[in-house]
Amino acid sequence: MSEVALQATGLVRRIEGDVSHILVNGIDLSVNKGEFLAITGPSGSGKSSLLYLLGLLDAPNEGDVIICGQPTSKLSESERADVRLTRLGFVFQFHFLLPEFTSLDNVILPMRAAGKMSEKDMRERGLELLASLGLKEHASKRPNQLSGGQRQRVAIARALSNRPEIIVADEPTGALDTASTEQVFSILREIADNGRTVVVVTHDPALAARADRRVHIVDGKIHETFVGERKAAEAAVTADVTTAEP
Amino acid sequence: MPANLLVDIAWTHVTSRVRQTLVGMAGVAMGVGFTIMMAGLMEGSQIDFLRQLVDTMPHVTVQDDRRSVPIQPAEQEYGAVQMSNVANLNSRPGIRYPESVMASLRSWIPGDVAPSVRTTAIIDHGGGRLGVTLTGIDPRQEIRVSKLASQMREGQIGDLSRAPNAIIIGQALAEKLAVKAGDTLLLIGGQGVQVTSTVVGVFRSGLKRVDEGQIYSLINLAQLMMGQSGVINELRLRLNDPLIAQKIATQVEGQTGYKSVSWQEANSDLLSSFSVRDFIVLTVMGAMLLTSSFATYNIISTITHEKRQDIAIMKSLGMRETSVRRIFIFEAAIIGVVGILAGWVIGYLLCYGWSKITIYNTLTGTTVPLSIYYSPTHYLVAGGISLLCCTGAAFFPARKATRVHPVEIIRGAS
Ligand SMILES: Nc1ncnc2c1ncn2[C@@H]1O[C@H](COP(=O)(O)OP(=O)(O)OP(=O)(O)O)[C@@H](O)[C@H]1O
Ligand SMILES: [Mg+2]
Repeated sequence: MSEVALQATGLVRRIEGDVSHILVNGIDLSVNKGEFLAITGPSGSGKSSLLYLLGLLDAPNEGDVIICGQPTSKLSESERADVRLTRLGFVFQFHFLLPEFTSLDNVILPMRAAGKMSEKDMRERGLELLASLGLKEHASKRPNQLSGGQRQRVAIARALSNRPEIIVADEPTGALDTASTEQVFSILREIADNGRTVVVVTHDPALAARADRRVHIVDGKIHETFVGERKAAEAAVTADVTTAEP
Repeated sequence: MPANLLVDIAWTHVTSRVRQTLVGMAGVAMGVGFTIMMAGLMEGSQIDFLRQLVDTMPHVTVQDDRRSVPIQPAEQEYGAVQMSNVANLNSRPGIRYPESVMASLRSWIPGDVAPSVRTTAIIDHGGGRLGVTLTGIDPRQEIRVSKLASQMREGQIGDLSRAPNAIIIGQALAEKLAVKAGDTLLLIGGQGVQVTSTVVGVFRSGLKRVDEGQIYSLINLAQLMMGQSGVINELRLRLNDPLIAQKIATQVEGQTGYKSVSWQEANSDLLSSFSVRDFIVLTVMGAMLLTSSFATYNIISTITHEKRQDIAIMKSLGMRETSVRRIFIFEAAIIGVVGILAGWVIGYLLCYGWSKITIYNTLTGTTVPLSIYYSPTHYLVAGGISLLCCTGAAFFPARKATRVHPVEIIRGAS
């Protein structure tokens, strides 16, 4: 049995107002450590809303999000911030890099905020991360001196900076061309293969197919769950082995 | 959250808007500079004035007077009796045994004491009559308690002993009567005594009421004019430190029972007008410092508005709201500190500039440079208040901006 990294129980998110609106309508979900989960669904179905709840950026009206065994519904805003800082990494469609800072400074920002490493170690790790994402020569450039794909990779490097258990990404390739999309996806796949949990919202079916599992959301509810190509192939192999055994 | 990260971010924000930042700094610098200048000028003129006032006056005056009417014998006998309009029990004027009182005072006061006789007289000269205060002094002792010797414009104090019925008069009075040293006047005393006296000296204290209405003679002439031979009705003290006069006066009064008036009490109307002036000026300076931080408020408002996205992303990455807020407080502090340093230079230069300007001083009758009081307190207080105003001004826009929910911004930008 694999370890659960991220669990949602009975998540409901409503917007109260003149016309109250339900963004997320009772979602139960459990994501294992090292699993690559894709979330798909029509526009306006509540994918982003769900991701914000899973990433502790937003708080549910009902239900709980359990991160690495820790329930979070009773945490204060600053405690939630601490969990985000140390256990979660975010990638959005827009890169959200600080414009005055270089790539390297953007990447080490979460490490500096956590304040656990020496300046030298932080720079070393930052450069390593950038190098592993093919950005070695771009470490001292500012965001406006980078291409869209490069910026997004810097944002991924920043998300990885504090070695979080979980990466959440909301259409990280939404603004990228095919080549960059392919690159970003390989990177996310590799992150999951290295034992981190990755949850990605995407519109791209090809991409979703490369995940270990895909949940399809409609109207704030899980409509269907698919096993990804790779897992399906693995399952087939196991089935062959078991049937062939006797 | 490590502070140096927040300061780094703050630093990049202010250095990437040089023009705005400079305007903010200039605002603070002006406020601080002018406040320091005003404080220096105000305190300078005040100290100057007080110093001259203290120089011309005895620091404590012991009078043959009581603060309240003495208890009448009948009142001691019968509790229910109310007395009014009764002649004073101690009807004989003067301080009793003045020599021994002075000897005892000299034994403990940090300063010196001299006897005098204070009475009123009328000068009859050239058909006009003028009432003046006549103070009989002992020239040798007087030198130890007053600056009269140094205020002499014609003659010397010692000349009082050189001529019969000699007097020294103020310069303003001399001009009014058109007399000079060597001339004679007719003095009329309280009991109708008339003497012809010789003007042997002219002094100038700078205080108009003194120069016009005060004359000096030897003690025995004053006693004669008063009609009380042998009386001493005033002891005048000069202290090494004039600031303790009030305390000494209270002690002297407690010891002798005679009304003892410090220079502060004698000029309490003047001093209280000073404190009103101080209050007004302090209010104006506070308002100046507050206004000078308005530019900072503007800048921080603009920056927080422009940086909504950065605020959202920093919060979403896990930086706490208070930490993000501190970034903008630091920005205001950076603007404030640089502005204050520049303000100190401006303030010093303004003070220096003013000190080169000369004015006619009525107290000394000479043209002197404006007196400026240089005090580190002015710099520290102006700087401190200004820093407080700047960070305070930043607090509100920063709080408003950092309260924003990151999801709102992230949704808006995607
Ligand atoms: N603050 C809000 N008030 C009212 N309705 C909102 C608010 N935020 C989101 N919604 C609505 O909630 C629904 C779900 O939004 P959400 O962003 O989660 O959709 P999504 O699945 O991510 O869509 P997309 O694929 O277009 O990004 C949408 O219909 C949206 O209009
Ligand atoms: Mg969305």
